[in-house]
Amino acid sequence: MNDETKSTSRRDALKVMAAAAVVPMLPPTADATPAAAAVPRDMLPVLDDQQRPVKRKGPRGTPSDPVLQVARPDWPMKLSQRELVTLAALCDMIIPADDKSPAASTVGAHHYINEWASRPGGDTSLVRVRGGLVWIDRESQTRFGKRFYLATTAQRAQICDDICYLPRAAPAHVFAAQFFDTIRDQTATAFYTTPQGWKDLGYIGNVALPKFEGPNAAVRKQIGVE
Amino acid sequence: MTLRSKVAPQYDVIVVGSGAGGGMAAYQLSVNGLKVLLLEAGRDYDPVTETPMFQTPKDAPLRAAGGADKPFGFYDATVDGGWRVPGEPFTTAPGSQFSWWRARMLGGRTNHWGRISLRMGPYDFKPKSRDGLGEDWPMTYETLAPYYDKTEMLIGVYGGDDDLENTPRSSPGVLQPPPAARTYELLAKQASDRLKIPCIPAHRAVLTQRQDSSRLPAKLHPGNKLAQRVLKQSMDQRMACFYATDCGRGCSIKANFQSTTVLIPPAMATGNVTLVTDAMVREVTVDKQGRANGVHYIDKLTREDHHVTAKVVVLAASACETSRIMLNSKSTLFPNGIANGSGVVGKYLMDTVGAGISAQIPRLEGLPPINEDGTAGIHLYMPWWLYGEQKAGKMNFARGYHIEFGGGRGMPGPGIFGGLESFTRGAYGRKFKEEARRYYGSFMYFDGRGEMIPNEDSYCELDPVQVDQWGIPVLRFHWKWSEHETNQAAHMVKTFAEIVEQMGGKVQGTLQTDGSKAIATGGSIIHEVGTVRMGSDPKKSVLNEFGQAWEVKNLFVTDGASFVSNADKNPTLSILALAWRSCDYIVDEMKKGTI
Repeated sequence: MNDETKSTSRRDALKVMAAAAVVPMLPPTADATPAAAAVPRDMLPVLDDQQRPVKRKGPRGTPSDPVLQVARPDWPMKLSQRELVTLAALCDMIIPADDKSPAASTVGAHHYINEWASRPGGDTSLVRVRGGLVWIDRESQTRFGKRFYLATTAQRAQICDDICYLPRAAPAHVFAAQFFDTIRDQTATAFYTTPQGWKDLGYIGNVALPKFEGPNAAVRKQIGVE
Repeated sequence: MTLRSKVAPQYDVIVVGSGAGGGMAAYQLSVNGLKVLLLEAGRDYDPVTETPMFQTPKDAPLRAAGGADKPFGFYDATVDGGWRVPGEPFTTAPGSQFSWWRARMLGGRTNHWGRISLRMGPYDFKPKSRDGLGEDWPMTYETLAPYYDKTEMLIGVYGGDDDLENTPRSSPGVLQPPPAARTYELLAKQASDRLKIPCIPAHRAVLTQRQDSSRLPAKLHPGNKLAQRVLKQSMDQRMACFYATDCGRGCSIKANFQSTTVLIPPAMATGNVTLVTDAMVREVTVDKQGRANGVHYIDKLTREDHHVTAKVVVLAASACETSRIMLNSKSTLFPNGIANGSGVVGKYLMDTVGAGISAQIPRLEGLPPINEDGTAGIHLYMPWWLYGEQKAGKMNFARGYHIEFGGGRGMPGPGIFGGLESFTRGAYGRKFKEEARRYYGSFMYFDGRGEMIPNEDSYCELDPVQVDQWGIPVLRFHWKWSEHETNQAAHMVKTFAEIVEQMGGKVQGTLQTDGSKAIATGGSIIHEVGTVRMGSDPKKSVLNEFGQAWEVKNLFVTDGASFVSNADKNPTLSILALAWRSCDYIVDEMKKGTI
């Protein structure tokens, strides 16, 4: 339950975006159709809109009626630069660059996790992320005498191996394993919702097609439904 | 204080609500020359400029994940709604759980719905005659069938021509061609074929080709030049589906059915409709003879109370909201709410029975890139198939369900690969990326959508204390499933597990075979209907078969409130067809001068 000030600033911010945003999505062919001609009929009474200073059309830029066309999080980011450096290194341990796609931090996964952990009402997530980041830096200091992001990939992997699978984590590592799992899930969300992530997975949709034909014969054969 | 409104002059009809039932009413009445005042409790909404077509999760906060303000995701079309509406609470009685999805926008919930458009069948109109439970409708399938045909042609529905038991086909030439099946749909069909469960093209209100605007208007409105002209214009502005972007966002090219793209534009083009948005209707008023003479509404932006008058009032505010208005319409003549001498208003609230599972299907792993967006909804489904077993008394629940299923290589969104840990024993690094490629597209879900039998313990009433921010008493819900529903839910998950096994897959998590735990919360399937049911006996129903109140001849209900039963068939198509029929009756009776 945030206060009025917060929702007001959110609304104002969104209004600015709305003003910059309105792009009709109608394809040009539809535009060619002439608008309905006015029907000669008795005048119907209309509401006196001049006496109404308020906006009757949308979007109104409230949390339950946000501007959908262009939108950015409007809450303050809470992670410090020090934390983001550690987080980026961890994200890249989870999704490193390979020959198909870049590393997670290249597409800003750590910034997305900051956005997620800083969100209104996300206090539990924030505690887990911040607590985990402190833990992993301290663990690296203890084992290797340097912060996690300065450790070698092999050294980081030693820590990750201990916490990457909750059912096998040592009792002392349960929190760290929960933290790692959270970061893995969120890194995957961050990475695989980008064009680079889509390309990696072979998601080729979200494009207009003239017709839909279903899988071709080779695919049908591969799954055994010929 | 009540202001004498500037919209005061006499209208022929006030229509409350602009969704399926209200949009259809505004359209049908206005094309027949009646002057309509259309009141909508939410804001004005323009799908052409507002729909976020092609926007990706990355373009939205939190990768467009759902939250309390936008439960079905950031891009969902719903405005000022979801499981809660700001400033408009409802309550549930102790021991009852009920979820109520509302939308406060022009077009209501038609902007975001799943577009699944299944006809009720012959059995569905006479359930009590078949098994002694619930109540019969005051009409047969044959009565409504012509209206189903006309509604399908008007809004555009794709589907096949299968003609199965209680799953009737449309008349030839009515439906649009169904889209091709996707990979995972072919695989599920192969499995269900082996299990003798039918799997056929789904019916959805999505255009797979442009409507024939040279033929359909004359067919749907013979002899009505105004109707033909505005409908042709409207149809010419609708594009066929281009197989991308989620229907739940709405559709700026008007390829799917929304009241705001299909019904309201031609209604407005008649010049016979005055639309007032942000108009929260509180009550229907009556004259000394007990006839409805208008409604009170609160202008949400000025907080002024208005009274507007008309010869006929049509309520289509959504099932429960309609009964709320009726229960709040108390007068000397109707101390328990307008037209509620029977005490039935609010009673026999129903939702659809829902239960689901998700599964991983190895045969879908490692496929080459395929675009499976399709119509962004189901292309195939499995209609109920065990009518014979139920009739023979072999089942422990009386009514059927159908199966909706999905999955495959959809747009990767928030939460993708959550839980991959358990499949990969904690993989990270290059291994994680390989596993993600392997598993992407191999998950499916199966959802049952089943018939609930109306019961005495599921109803809504006015909360004795609570009001909303407009000062209007709110609803309090009572809810109870019977064993017919919980046993059905158990049967659903058991069947899904069999299909998954047949596909060579594995159900995720533990299969919940306890129906009372597998069943979704009442209301959460968002098919709530009933509470102002029609019937043939004025003592046991509120409306006649035309949605006309027995006790108030110029008061009509054209939304899901009039439902007598809630077949497994998703209700919107039937709401539209019933509303059309009601409107034909209103037009005829007004011509005759009886109302």
